[in-house]
Amino acid sequence: MMSLFDKFQSLSDARHALIQAEPSPIGTRIDEVLSPTEGRVDGRSVILAGTNNYLGLTFDPDCIAAAHDALDQEGTGTTGSRMANGSYVSHTRLEEELARFFARPSAVVFSTGYMANLGLIGTLAGADDVIVLDADCHASIYDACRLTGADIIRFRHNDAGDLEKRLRRLGERTANALIVVEGIYSMLGDQAPLREIVAVKRRHGGYLLVDEAHSLGVLGAHGRGLAEAEGVEADVDFVVGTFSKSLGAIGGFAVSHHPQLDMIRYASRPYIFTASPSPATIASVRVALDIVASRPALRRQLWANAERLYHGLARLGFELGPEPGPVVATLLGSPQQGVAFWHGLLERGVYVNLVLPPATPGGRALMRISVSAAHDTAQIDRIIAAFAALKPMLDHHGHE
Amino acid sequence: MPQHEQILERLMAHLERLAPPDSNLHPDIDLVSELGLDSVKVMDLMLDAEDEFDISVPLNILADIRTPNQLAQAINKLLESQ
Ligand SMILES: Cc1ncc(COP(=O)(O)O)c(C=O)c1O
Repeated sequence: MMSLFDKFQSLSDARHALIQAEPSPIGTRIDEVLSPTEGRVDGRSVILAGTNNYLGLTFDPDCIAAAHDALDQEGTGTTGSRMANGSYVSHTRLEEELARFFARPSAVVFSTGYMANLGLIGTLAGADDVIVLDADCHASIYDACRLTGADIIRFRHNDAGDLEKRLRRLGERTANALIVVEGIYSMLGDQAPLREIVAVKRRHGGYLLVDEAHSLGVLGAHGRGLAEAEGVEADVDFVVGTFSKSLGAIGGFAVSHHPQLDMIRYASRPYIFTASPSPATIASVRVALDIVASRPALRRQLWANAERLYHGLARLGFELGPEPGPVVATLLGSPQQGVAFWHGLLERGVYVNLVLPPATPGGRALMRISVSAAHDTAQIDRIIAAFAALKPMLDHHGHE
Repeated sequence: MPQHEQILERLMAHLERLAPPDSNLHPDIDLVSELGLDSVKVMDLMLDAEDEFDISVPLNILADIRTPNQLAQAINKLLESQ
C-alpha cells in the first residue's frame, strides 16, 4: 500500500534534482533584513528585489510607531475570531477607513488576502452559480472556486472576447455569474483590459470581482487600483486586496458597493474560523493606507523605478512581460537555467524570486523582480548591471 | 451531434499539441500520471475542448476525469443535455 507521503516523492525528487545546496531559490533563508531594499543572504549583502514591498513601507517610521503603540496597549494578539473576541475598535476603524478610501459603503477585513478570496468568493457563489475567471488568476482564487461547488469556467488570459464567448454559452445563467479578474497579474505584471471586460459585463450581466492585490497603492490617482485608473469603479461589484504588498504588513480585505457585503460575515468560514489580525498589524496598516492616500509621490517613484528597470532590461534584449509595472518578469528557458541565473544574481548582490512552472504562465521559468518606491536609482542600475553580466548564459543555452 | 468517437478524435488532435513530443498517446492514457501533463495543461485542454464543441465544460468535472476517453464521455453528456 502507498504511504500518505508517496505522492510527494516526485515533487521532492524534482526539487532535489534541481537544487542540491543552500542557498536555495525555493524558500530562501533571508538572514537579515536591513531596510525595505537591503538584506543579507548567505553571508552577502543583497539588494532585495523580490519582496512585493511596492511602496517600501515596511520600515516607515510612522507605521512602526503605530504598531509599537498598539503592541504596548493591546498586546501581541487578539487570540480570537472576528465573530467572537477578535474585533477590536481598531479592526472596525480600519474597515471604515477602507470603505472611505474606496468610496464604497462596506468593507470586511480578513486575516490574509488568501483568506479574503476564500472568504468572499467561497461564500458568494453557491452550487447553482457559475464563476468565470481569467485563466491566469492566483491560486487563492482557484482554491476559493473549489470551495463553492459552483461551475467554474476559465477564459483565456486577458482576452475579453474569449470571456464574452464563454458568457454567451452560459445563456441566462450569466445574470448571477461572478466574473473574476486581477488588476495586475502577479507573475508577468500585466494589467487586465478592464474597460473591455466591463463592457462585456454590461452586455451580458453578472457580477465583477477585481483582485487588486498588486495594484492597490500602485495604480489610480488615489491608489485605489486598476479600476480607478480605468475609470470603471462603478462597474466593479467587489474589490479584494491584501495588506501584504503595498501596505507592508499582512491581512486582506473585501470592499463593495453592495451594502449586503456585510452579510457574508455570518456565513464566511474563512472569516469566522480563524483569529483576526494582531493589533500591531492593524495599526500599521491603518497608517500605511493613510500614506497611500496622502503621498502620491511614492507611487510616482515606484513607476519611475519600474520604467527604468523594464526598459533597461528590454534594451539588453531580455524577454519580458508585456508592460512595465511593479512586477517585472524576465522569461527564461528551463528550470535549470532559472536556478543558475538566480545564483548568478545572488553572487552579484541581487535577490529576486525564481518562479517555476506550473506556477508560471506558459510553462516557462521566470525571474520575478518586484520594484519598490524605496529602491534608489543606483540600486535599479545595479540590478540591470547584474542581469547584463548574466545575459550570455541565456544566449548560449537558448530555451529548454 | 457528434458521436463519442468523433469527439475523441478531435480531443486527441488537441492533446497532440499539448503533450510532450514522442508521447505514446492513446484514449485511455492517464493525462497526469502517465502523460505527465500538469494541472494547468489539463485546464488548457478544456479551453480547447470548449471552443471545439462550443460548450462550457466546468472545471469542477475535472476531478473525475483521468483519460481522454472519460473527457469525451463527459463532453458527449454535456452536448446531449443541451
Ligand atoms: C492576486 C493575489 N491575490 C491574493 C494574494 C494573497 O495575498 P496574501 O499574501 O495576503 O495572502 C496574492 C499574493 O500572493 C495575490 O498575488
